[in-house]
This record gives sequence, structure tokens and C-alpha cells, in this order.
Amino acid sequence: MSNINLLIDIVLLTMLVFTTITIVRSRSLFAIVMLSGIYSLLSANIFVILDAVDVAFTEAAVGAGISTVLMLATIGITGYEQKKRKTISSISPMIVVIITGAVLVYGTLDMPAFTDPSAPIHQHVAPRYINDSPTEVGIPNMVTSVLASYRGYDTMGEVIVVFAALIGVLSLLGIREKKSDPIYTEPPPRPILQVMAKFMIPFIILFALYVQFHGDFGPGGGFQAGVIFSVAIILYTLTFSQQDAMKLVPPSILKRLAALGVLIYGGTGIVSLFKGGNFLDYNVLAHDPVHGQHYGILIIEFGVGLTVACVMMLIFFAFISRGDKNP
Amino acid sequence: MMSLIIDALSWACLLLGCFLGVSGAFGVFRFKDFYSRAHAASVTDTLCVFFIVAGLVLQSGFNLVTVKLIFIVVLLWLTSPVASHALIRSAYQTGLKPTLSTTRKESAKRGQS
Amino acid sequence: MFAVTSVAILVVMGIALARAFIGPTVYDRILAVNMFGTKTVLFIAVYGFLTERPEFMDIALVYALINFVGVIAVLKFVERFPPPSAQSDE
Repeated sequence: MSNINLLIDIVLLTMLVFTTITIVRSRSLFAIVMLSGIYSLLSANIFVILDAVDVAFTEAAVGAGISTVLMLATIGITGYEQKKRKTISSISPMIVVIITGAVLVYGTLDMPAFTDPSAPIHQHVAPRYINDSPTEVGIPNMVTSVLASYRGYDTMGEVIVVFAALIGVLSLLGIREKKSDPIYTEPPPRPILQVMAKFMIPFIILFALYVQFHGDFGPGGGFQAGVIFSVAIILYTLTFSQQDAMKLVPPSILKRLAALGVLIYGGTGIVSLFKGGNFLDYNVLAHDPVHGQHYGILIIEFGVGLTVACVMMLIFFAFISRGDKNP
Repeated sequence: MMSLIIDALSWACLLLGCFLGVSGAFGVFRFKDFYSRAHAASVTDTLCVFFIVAGLVLQSGFNLVTVKLIFIVVLLWLTSPVASHALIRSAYQTGLKPTLSTTRKESAKRGQS
Repeated sequence: MFAVTSVAILVVMGIALARAFIGPTVYDRILAVNMFGTKTVLFIAVYGFLTERPEFMDIALVYALINFVGVIAVLKFVERFPPPSAQSDE
């Protein structure tokens, strides 16, 4: 039993190494995007094997789904090939790499062995989370309780980073809503794809809602749900047209909703301040502390999902409305 | 007795699915032309998915996992052929020509004779 | 028996990876990625049974949904910006 697990580990990690080497050596940007899709599929497999189900879920939704789409949209702006550079000597970078690698390997000698129970990471706050989460927060998925309750500050920081990324993209690229003269000829509509997309979109949205509100019990939560929801709209944009999609979800409304998601998260913290607790202390939100935790996690997960979904859609719109000018 | 039959059935299903998957992969690797490679991949894919998941369903009994497995089969059965269709059509429309062993004229002649 | 199945799926993944490496056309790479995604769904499902904890079907399900969208996105992209030479992208 453990032999087969060892074999699976070795095979997956070997494939990962080969993929990485090929990505580094390839000059075709398109091939690199395809291979990085494979890379994230492989690493999601490894996360499943390591029991990090929530991380695998995120990798599945973000790495294989949305980042491939966004990187392709980037190639639409940059072109297919990596520009040739003047050949420089490869000796001095090699020396730097070897020294850094040697130092890193030397550093690992001090680290505790993998799955060592006396390692510092298992001594600090982890026992408290593991022991008290069922009574203090009372939801089955401990990852969600750490992410949304114990580590609420960090997650709020993450949401704000996502929002800041949106502000950066919009101020650099912007979304062109007016239809300029199309440089490329519009490809003919594909009826089979459109029928299929119409069939798939409700399932994707339903699954996104399931992930959003089932995050307390199983793997999932606001980040994953937001990405899956935006994938549904991206599928609509791809099979119909950008104008149709922008009529369906106008970017002006999306911008406000993205800000509203962050506001819901921060507002929950402010409300708990007014009710006499600490910032993001959900115990005071209801009469019973455990119920308060449930409400708080549900509300902030909703805020996270709203922000992530809107940000992903807006970044996608910004990229593809820019991508007309391929050389 | 009953469990023995179920075990044997799911063994058979899984092995058949493995065989189909490996043969499809073999085709993808060995065939010379893109269109034959796509053919090898798309034809084996659906049945491979069906047999492997059928083997798993037989093992799991009836619960939530079974429902999710059936969803996986339905989704893959719908999306995989559509993706293959779209892929091959795109390839043809952007000008990738299939390599034929005989030219048009020759095959027409052969049809006449 | 799940061990045999998962090893077979790993073999298929390895072959698909080889096809993605050597190309030669962009469509070969897309085909390989599509195949790799399908086999990942199956691998996660089988691995859940191998370790006797089949609760991870959600991840397999999300792949089954998202893989399709990824392939469609790639195809739309290739149609809109045809590769410099359709025969080979290297």
C-alpha cells in the first residue's frame, strides 16, 4: 500500500520536473502556457495526495482554469514568440545558481523531518486550532475556520490584494466598451459550442453556489466559488461575444460589486467592533458565540466570493478588449 | 457470493477502462498525423471514462459519492466530444491539412475501378 | 485493483505529457492538455478510492467543468490569432 503511494509520488514529481525544464527551455510562449496548464494539473494531484484538499481545489479552479485563459489573453497582446536576446555568457549565472542552491540545500539540513510531530510548526498555534476549533467555531472544515475566523485578518488582506490587482489592471489597460473597428474578422458562430455552453453554464453556476455555501462542510469557500462563477461568464463570452457578455454583466456594475465585497468583509469587522468585540470577532454577532461564528464566516465568505468573481470577470474583459492589436 | 460478483465486475470494468486509456495514449503518441492522433484520443476517451467510473461506482455502493461520480461521467461525456469536435474544426479551418497516403485523384481512380 | 488503475492512468498521463513536449503543432499540445485534464479527473477519483477516503470528488467535478472552458478558450484564441505557421509552432 505504501509502496504504491511512493511510486505515485515519484512518478508525479518526475513529471513535474520534466515539465518545468521544458517550460524553461521552450521559446514558444503558446507551448509554455499549455505546459503551465499541465503543471498546475500535476501540482493539484500532488496537493490531493498530501491531503491539502482546499489548496488542490484552488489550484484546480485558478491554476488550470482562469490563469490559462488570462495568460492566453496576454499572448494576444504580446505575440507568439519570445524575442531572441543577445547571447550572454552562461557561466556567471550558473555560478550564482549553484551557490544559491547549495545554500538552500544546506539550510534544509537544519529543518525537522517531514511529518515530524515535534517540529516547531506543530507546536505553536496549530494545537489550539485543532483542539478548539470544533467547540469555538463549530464547523467541520477546519481549513475554513482557520481561514475565515482565526486568521480573518490575513484573509482580509488577501481580498484587498485581489482588489488592488483589479485597480492596477484597470488603470493600466482599462476596458474598452465602445466597439472600435474590428481588426480581425469575426469568426462564424459555432452552433454546437453555443448549445453546449447554454447547457453547461447553469451547472457551473450551481456548482459555484454549492462550493460557496458548502465551504463550511467540505473543501471550498469564497475564493474557489468566485473563480468558478467567473468561469461561467467567461464561457459565455467565448462562445457568444464580448458585447453580449458585457450586456449581461455590465462592467460598471461589476466594479461597484467588487468594491462592495471588500466592504462587506470590512463592515463585518466594524459591526463586531460596535457590538463590543474585537475587529472581526464574530462571537458577538449573535447571542450564542458559535452561532455568531457561523454568521460571520458565512457573511465574509460571501464578500470574498463576490469580490473574486467580479475581479476575475473584469480582468478578463480588460485583457480581451485590449487583445485586438496583435502584430 | 454477491460481493464476489460485484468485485469481479468492477475488476473487469477497471481493466477494460485502463486498456482503452492506454491504447488511446499509445495512438496519441505513435500516429504520424494530427487528425489520426485526435481520432485515437477522442474515440477511446469516452468509453475509458465510462468503464473506470463504472468500476468505482460498483465499489462505492449508493451514496453521495456515487451521485458525484455519475455527474462526472455525464459532464465528461458531454464536454469531451464537443471539445474534440471544436479542436478538429479549428485545426481544419486554420489550414492544417491532413496528410493523406493517397492523393484525391488516386482515391477517385480507385473508386472507379 | 485501484493501484493497477491509478498506475495505468499515470502511464497515460506520462504519454500525454510527452506529446505535449514534442508538439509539433499547437493543436497537438491542446489535444495533450485536454487528455491530461480528463485523466486528472479520473486519477483524483481513483486515488480517493485507493486511499479509502472517496470524499475528494468535488475536485474531480470542478476539473470536469473547468477543463472544457480552458480548451474552448484556447481554441477561440488560436482562431482569432492564427499561429505564424499552422504546421509547427517551434
